[in-house]
Amino acid sequence: MADDEIILSELDDEELVAQMFDDLYDGLKEEIEEATHILLDRGWTPYDVLTKALVGGMKVVGDDFRDGILFVPEVLLAANAMKAGMTILKPLLAETGAPRVGKMVIGTVKGDIHDIGKNLVSMMMEGAGFEVVDLGINNAVEKYLDALETEKPDILGMSALLTTTMPYMKVVIDTLKEKGIREDYIVLVGGAPLNEEFGRAIGADAYCRDAAVAVETAKAQVARRHNVGAGAR
Amino acid sequence: MSVPGRAEAPSDEALRDAGLTAEGRGRVLLIACGALAREILALKVANGWEHLDLQCLPAILHNTPQRIVPAVEATVAEARGRYDSVFVVYGDCGTGGLLQAACERLGVEMVPGPHCYSFYEGNEAFAAREEATAFYLTDFLVRQFDAFVWKPLGLDRHPELRDLYFGNYETLVYQAQTDDPALTEKARACAERLGLAFERRFTGYGDLGGVLGRL
Repeated sequence: MADDEIILSELDDEELVAQMFDDLYDGLKEEIEEATHILLDRGWTPYDVLTKALVGGMKVVGDDFRDGILFVPEVLLAANAMKAGMTILKPLLAETGAPRVGKMVIGTVKGDIHDIGKNLVSMMMEGAGFEVVDLGINNAVEKYLDALETEKPDILGMSALLTTTMPYMKVVIDTLKEKGIREDYIVLVGGAPLNEEFGRAIGADAYCRDAAVAVETAKAQVARRHNVGAGAR
Repeated sequence: MSVPGRAEAPSDEALRDAGLTAEGRGRVLLIACGALAREILALKVANGWEHLDLQCLPAILHNTPQRIVPAVEATVAEARGRYDSVFVVYGDCGTGGLLQAACERLGVEMVPGPHCYSFYEGNEAFAAREEATAFYLTDFLVRQFDAFVWKPLGLDRHPELRDLYFGNYETLVYQAQTDDPALTEKARACAERLGLAFERRFTGYGDLGGVLGRL
């Protein structure tokens, strides 16, 4: 196959980034690892590799998923490839002090063990410069509360795949209200059976249809909150 | 496998992709998921429910719940004036309450419960189990495992994704509507393919018979 003949190290930067977009799209983990190393060796900052190559490539994947061109298996393979690149970049990003947009605590709600969507959101949020504390699956309200107190995030994210578990999000939000801390956090919710109406009904700040929407919503909400905070000073 | 009470037995593949057309007889139209066709027809014959007609939507909508509500709405609209009443034989089925809302808007009733796994077992009993780590298959879904699970998840092309999908599950629960040793063995093989423990649970038709019997 022609693709097998491409020598990544012989491509110039622009061609290599374009090739990384293709390789992410095709879920080629080893190629993404190799290309990430090449860009770093050429003096790219870890932040630029992340945002211009990996996040840029995943945006194409996300757009095609939204438009029904790609499906879940292909997105998972692409995400695996991106994760491999991020594993290389993460410690370097910490060393080089990449810009941080905000912090998010995220978890799948009690009674629900599904984490594919949540993991995608976590990864894309990290790619967008958020620090993410992932509580995993099957989280009771106490676990969320503990994490909010300890981590002091800007955002609480909750995920559910089941019709039977999604109402638990309201339990968490109502508990935040009872404790008088609801307004301290931006609450974002997502998951296959949810919709905007449900998000509004339970008192979330926003329902996020997919990982890309979650990132954009999170950025917008954090920026708005900062602006409001600045205006109050 | 033949379906009692109908001249032409629909195949699983037909029920999956096309559903089942109503016969145009009876005063109550059931609009059901194709995955329930055999079971509803068996109940109809066993109980002599001649007043019930059955129309099934393609069972494969199970994999795209966002398509269920518009399909049900269109079918209810087509049936207007041709029956005394319409009853929807779906659970919520991943529509996040939108199917219930649509039924209320259309003035038709539906089966209570989140999905067929729940009403086959009995909604109360199912809820009481609180089984977060169980993956369920019914008779139909065992027969159609590749079409509903294996291929749509891409496991035929990328078996390495299996544990991403199923790593948090522990048990495949086969809710058996019938006693069929061959089907039980197939269900057991499905569990092995997914890397899960296997449990067979005979449910029969659960709440379904009682609900339809009141129509």
